[in-house]
Amino acid sequence: MSFVAEFNALPLGTLLERACAASPAAAEGSLGRSHLALADFANLIAPGATALLESMSQRSRALTQQRFGKVIRLFAPLYLSNECINNCRYCGFSRDNPILRVTLTPSEVRRETEALLQEGFRNILLVAGEHPKFVSASYLAECVRAAHEVMPSCSLEVGPMPVDEYRPLVEAGADGLVVYQETYDRRVYDDMHTSGPKKNFDWRLETPERAYAAGFRRLGIGALYGLADWRSEAICVAAQAQYLLRVCWKAQVTISLPRLRPCAGEFQPLTHMTDRDMVQLVCAFRLMFPDIGLVLSTREPARLRDGLMPLGITLMSAGSHTEPGGYTGAGNENLHHTRKGRIVELEPDELAKAGPAARATEQFNIADSRSASEVAGQIRRIGYEPVWKDWDQALAS
Amino acid sequence: MGTGKFSSPEAMRGALEASGTEMVTVALRRADLSGKKDPFANILDFIDRTKYLLLPNTSGAMNAEEAVRLARLAAAAGLPKWVKLEIHPDPRYLLPDPVETLKAAEVLVSEGFTVLPYINADPVLAKRLQDVGVATVMPLGSPIGSNRGLETRAQIRIIVEQATVPVVVDAGIGAPSHAAEAMELGASAVLVNTAVAVSHDPNRIAQAFKLAVEAGRTAFETGLAHERETASATSPLTGFLDV
Repeated sequence: MSFVAEFNALPLGTLLERACAASPAAAEGSLGRSHLALADFANLIAPGATALLESMSQRSRALTQQRFGKVIRLFAPLYLSNECINNCRYCGFSRDNPILRVTLTPSEVRRETEALLQEGFRNILLVAGEHPKFVSASYLAECVRAAHEVMPSCSLEVGPMPVDEYRPLVEAGADGLVVYQETYDRRVYDDMHTSGPKKNFDWRLETPERAYAAGFRRLGIGALYGLADWRSEAICVAAQAQYLLRVCWKAQVTISLPRLRPCAGEFQPLTHMTDRDMVQLVCAFRLMFPDIGLVLSTREPARLRDGLMPLGITLMSAGSHTEPGGYTGAGNENLHHTRKGRIVELEPDELAKAGPAARATEQFNIADSRSASEVAGQIRRIGYEPVWKDWDQALAS
Repeated sequence: MGTGKFSSPEAMRGALEASGTEMVTVALRRADLSGKKDPFANILDFIDRTKYLLLPNTSGAMNAEEAVRLARLAAAAGLPKWVKLEIHPDPRYLLPDPVETLKAAEVLVSEGFTVLPYINADPVLAKRLQDVGVATVMPLGSPIGSNRGLETRAQIRIIVEQATVPVVVDAGIGAPSHAAEAMELGASAVLVNTAVAVSHDPNRIAQAFKLAVEAGRTAFETGLAHERETASATSPLTGFLDV
């Protein structure tokens, strides 16, 4: 049975009621358990549990240290292309946004990879918009090969694909696949994704299972907080994680906690999640899932990231760029617009206006702009070891 | 001693010293196997190989093929031809795969590796591995990092009783008393990592483990007193008969 069937049968209403109304005593009961159920998770994300935030944090930190050690693993995103066939109201890469676009060639991807190697990264996430013409399965395989020759660990965050298109990517050396459902609220999902194949909610929801069937061994999931009620989203993420741990038992599951950031298109978040909510959620995920990796990106400001480091986070990006060519300027001579799937060269006056420093449009503004070595320094200052390499090419089949 | 989870390479180095360990295991996936002296994967630089026998481990491998490939790469990179064979396809409980471990052990032993396999506490598997020619068997006390001690005590006792090679109790040793218990049972060594690495004072707890191992070994060699349900007077009532 796929997760879609389980998701459709999830008693979300009851769980959400708990997550809104659970008493501090109920949360305390859940905090004391060694094996938590979804109902416990709901208790722990309830407003009533905020009174326990300090003890939740203590327990979360202890569990994380026991399972993962006093270490934080580092990675960087590498954007391959900002072409996209979808229109998503919250995303700067949306098809109809008149942004500066580019798709890196595999040799440009290699250049960017080498720049990240210089910074220390031994683990990268290759990211691309969804576009069958510019970002084909064979193009992605070439990019993975180009990067993986020198980079020990490469994961992917790209549009959902069928199993037989994933297999060549695993063979090329990709070990992880990240896909965010964005929102688990079908109505909001439909409203946010105004056109393009991404409208298919169920196809996206089953993506981690297809990735596992194709041989990926790290599966990343998450909701994009800011679209629907965060507690409702978190319960769905937890339900999916539970399912993946049971069914995709050989995979390392990670949960990311992205909050919406400003981007091209001026979209304003529909819901709000405070920093305190974020801390509570990190702890609740850790208490529920002692063995799951929790990922924090540079979407969050330095102060919050530093505070969250020892509380349950295991994997962080640093020094990130969210545009193709961001690390080396690769591809900047090929910037263009895309209309109806066709490349439209920049007008001369547009070129002049953009100037020699023109670069592709980023997906979102990052909030923590510290370099990788600065973030590593901060990790050391709190008494943790920054771990760059935790994977070897030899492990990829 | 294991080398993961420490707050810094320096903290690891101090704890190794304090523990009095003779053998140190390192996850190959964290080391640089390219021979390029990668400054971002330099964990091996912090292990003094004149003091410790370096035992590369295959953690991360999900099947025999991957484990064998890693071990060969390590040997090619100039590391000792010793290998802690660790194959756990399940990243959650990190329980070892018996089928793949046996397969990989056969290949590696035939290629001249000294193989120390991490296994569940299964006496039959332990014997099968000894038949293949491994150098030790390393049954788990409880899952890696769980600190729950010898939950598999009864099985470990059988493994020790039947062993023709040294038995190393690996995984789950969370307290010095667990280590002492394993040694009292007749284990030749214990492998400890999490309990030391995440301690707020790794050096002191490492020293406590050292003392516990020594105490347990001494007790095993001396022989433990039998347990009984009732009290037994130290000045027996029938003592006068011996006079």
